[in-house]
Amino acid sequence: MLEHDVKYLKFKTYLSTYCPHCHNSFNVEKKDLKQIEFNAIYKGQPVDLKLSPYLDVFDVDLSVPIEKGEVLDDLLCPQCKKSLIVKEMSCGECGSPVGEVIISAMSKLIPFFVCMKYGCEWHGLTKADERRIKLKIPRQDMPEQDQTLRVHNFQEVPYGFTTELALLEAGRCLQCKNPQCVLGCPVNVPIPQFIALIADEKINEAAKKIKETNLFPAICGRVCPQENQCESTCVMGHKDKPVAIGRLERFVADYERKMDLVRVPIIKENLGQKIAIIGSGPGGLTVAADMRQLGYSVTVFEALHETGGVLTYGIPEFRLPKSIVQFEINFLKEMGVRIETNQVIGNIHTIDELLEEFQAVFIGVGAGLPTFMGIEGESLGHIFSANEYLTRMNLMKAYKFPEYDTPMPKGFNVAVIGGGNVAMDCARTAKRTGATEVTIVYRRSRQELPARGEEVHHAQEEGIKFKLLTNPIRYLGTDFNTVKAMECIKMELGEPDASGRRRPVPIEGSNYVMDVDLVIVAVGNGPNPVIFQSTPDLKRNKRGYIEANPETMETSKEFVYAGGDIVTGSATVIEAMGAGRIAARAMHAKLTALREKKNKPKKVSAKG
Amino acid sequence: MFQIVRKQEMARGTIIRFDITAPKIAKKVKAGQFVIIRVNETGERIPLTVADKDEFAGIITIIFQVVGKTTALMRSLKEGDLIKDVVGPLGRPAEVEKIGTVVMIGGGTGVAILHHVAKAFKQAGNYVIGIMGSKDKELLILENEMTQICDELVITTDDGSYGERGFVTQPLQKYIEERDDIKLVYAIGPIIMMKNICKLTEKHKIKTMVSLNPIMIDGTGMCGGCRVKVNDETRFCCVDGPDFDGHKVDYDELMNRNSLYMKEEKDSLLFSIR
Repeated sequence: MLEHDVKYLKFKTYLSTYCPHCHNSFNVEKKDLKQIEFNAIYKGQPVDLKLSPYLDVFDVDLSVPIEKGEVLDDLLCPQCKKSLIVKEMSCGECGSPVGEVIISAMSKLIPFFVCMKYGCEWHGLTKADERRIKLKIPRQDMPEQDQTLRVHNFQEVPYGFTTELALLEAGRCLQCKNPQCVLGCPVNVPIPQFIALIADEKINEAAKKIKETNLFPAICGRVCPQENQCESTCVMGHKDKPVAIGRLERFVADYERKMDLVRVPIIKENLGQKIAIIGSGPGGLTVAADMRQLGYSVTVFEALHETGGVLTYGIPEFRLPKSIVQFEINFLKEMGVRIETNQVIGNIHTIDELLEEFQAVFIGVGAGLPTFMGIEGESLGHIFSANEYLTRMNLMKAYKFPEYDTPMPKGFNVAVIGGGNVAMDCARTAKRTGATEVTIVYRRSRQELPARGEEVHHAQEEGIKFKLLTNPIRYLGTDFNTVKAMECIKMELGEPDASGRRRPVPIEGSNYVMDVDLVIVAVGNGPNPVIFQSTPDLKRNKRGYIEANPETMETSKEFVYAGGDIVTGSATVIEAMGAGRIAARAMHAKLTALREKKNKPKKVSAKG
Repeated sequence: MFQIVRKQEMARGTIIRFDITAPKIAKKVKAGQFVIIRVNETGERIPLTVADKDEFAGIITIIFQVVGKTTALMRSLKEGDLIKDVVGPLGRPAEVEKIGTVVMIGGGTGVAILHHVAKAFKQAGNYVIGIMGSKDKELLILENEMTQICDELVITTDDGSYGERGFVTQPLQKYIEERDDIKLVYAIGPIIMMKNICKLTEKHKIKTMVSLNPIMIDGTGMCGGCRVKVNDETRFCCVDGPDFDGHKVDYDELMNRNSLYMKEEKDSLLFSIR
């Protein structure tokens, strides 16, 4: 990157200036040079005055050397030669006379003042006007891997913001007094505060600020659906595009990790109470971190051989590198959280057994039981649940078969059923393992696609095809009992259903057959029965998930808490984290009360 | 890490028995449940039914037939070697209760699992009739153990080199004709054997339980790879099974699904030889 490019990116607000009399522009743009030029009079002599066009870098240059603090006599327009000095105004800081120019921002004309005292930076803009100007910085895109090359590797697609891009993006934040973005965040990250710290180039402090409420910004910055959460309520989004909060969060976390600035927090004294956490996914890890920080001893039980839950087996490497997940988990281990893998709770210990040893239990096992559509031929070979496909690829590293022993399901003509993030992950993974054609088959229309906008965009860039308003009704097999084709029916949208989305209705007689040799069914998950088999007294709701008090996340069993997908059904990483935070808070309150009751000194009767 | 404390080769070295230290699992495991084993970092996860346990020594026994890459790799392990991951117990235990006369039928390596279940039925106070089948005399396993457990034991071999000549269905037919007090048949072995037994018992309306062995990955209900059709419903073998009502299982589908990875299995073995 050339030096002037860096400068351009670094300087935040570019001004377009005009003469109030002749309406000619003062801005001069030569090849590498961008500046605002005036004529001025100093001690009776005409001199040239040059100003930086960037609001945040008030750089004044004169053609004759004068000392700082000296006052110019007059300021003239180089075109019409009229004086720009306004008599009724003076500098708000030093009281010197000021010259007025007009700047245009968002098709509104705003007066901008240049103080005649050399070195004074007063410009007389109101806060509201400053905001109006700031809207002119476009939302910054993250540099990312080339779309034709990235489908051949499993490396992460976006490279993330550079410091320059992050500063530029941070400059767009309006620092609202009443920030709506914070309300949109399930864990209420202090968004304006951390962005202000980035703008001040205090990136490490920004990371610490986020970690006050969110311990895993590197993960959330990558996988949160920000467009439905913090960014959906951003005021900037009303007129322009919202501030890229997620990208900034990710930048901050990556910066902290790469610069080796992560420090293990000092843990308070050991409270002597033990917490058991079932599942090392986002919900469980949040409870683990919060409770450990408060001084409890925490043990996490994980059923698989790797920790991280959905972050490890579900989300592919190119969207969330596993090294980041493991970094965060190692951080927890350094904090003193015990993690036991290969422990299927319900079988190896029941919850009642855990309650004998631990004072409280958090269930964060997720919704891991894949749903099938129950249509003809679904048990043919090469038809997978999204869970199986992703587990093979991510957890078992089947894409490195035969170096790794788990076979890779390989297809040339792949259909993915469903339109969520999981479906996008499957489709993009299939593309990376050599599929020539990958099609997403979704029964509703584009507007109803539940996947994040960014994922859909990336999938399209990578050449994934979308067959919308289409539903499979039957699979046809080869002589070897693998799938060879899929019969589909076209759909149209009818009346809105309970979820508020328009119900898809099949169009009679619109059936057609589509050739496929690998099908991935990504139509959602249900609750895993293992825990319920051994804990029949755990109350479940109509859909079969655990019933938990939304304010405390406590279940029908005292001292047993639950959160994440096992309570809500398939949702997002950050919602699981939010539930984990609520549970941790309630757990702490309850256990503190218990402790105080126990420690209360018994009344000692006076002797004699 | 889990240590192999004892290794025994059976049936011309095609069937191996491992005793593994796993105190927590040994304490909990019941007849019919299985564990998932991952030998090393690059290994796949394979389900193996627990054939026996010693709660006090903290040892579980697994018996497996060498059929593919992972089992071949496991055969190369020696006593004292470590296995990276053993997860369990998984699946639902066999429903054992005192019901009277039960016929326990095992074919090939299936006997390894069967004898654990048979032991449980015997301890519950049932009259246990055992039928064991194998290709020939040398491939027969756990004969002594089964003799000790069963009140009556019939052995069949395909080539007649030991016991009766023929398949396990023949002595079963005889028993069904002779006695009318058979309450339950438990069949564990090759899919085709279980299918034929169920055909026979269905005619006579005798309840039959089978233990299925589909391809699995995680074994905790997550992947759906082990789905089987039981009573026309999709069930997951790892969390709903592995034991199902034999009359309701779609065996043909199970056979098809189990033979899906023949080519990959070969590739994987060839890769490891190179």
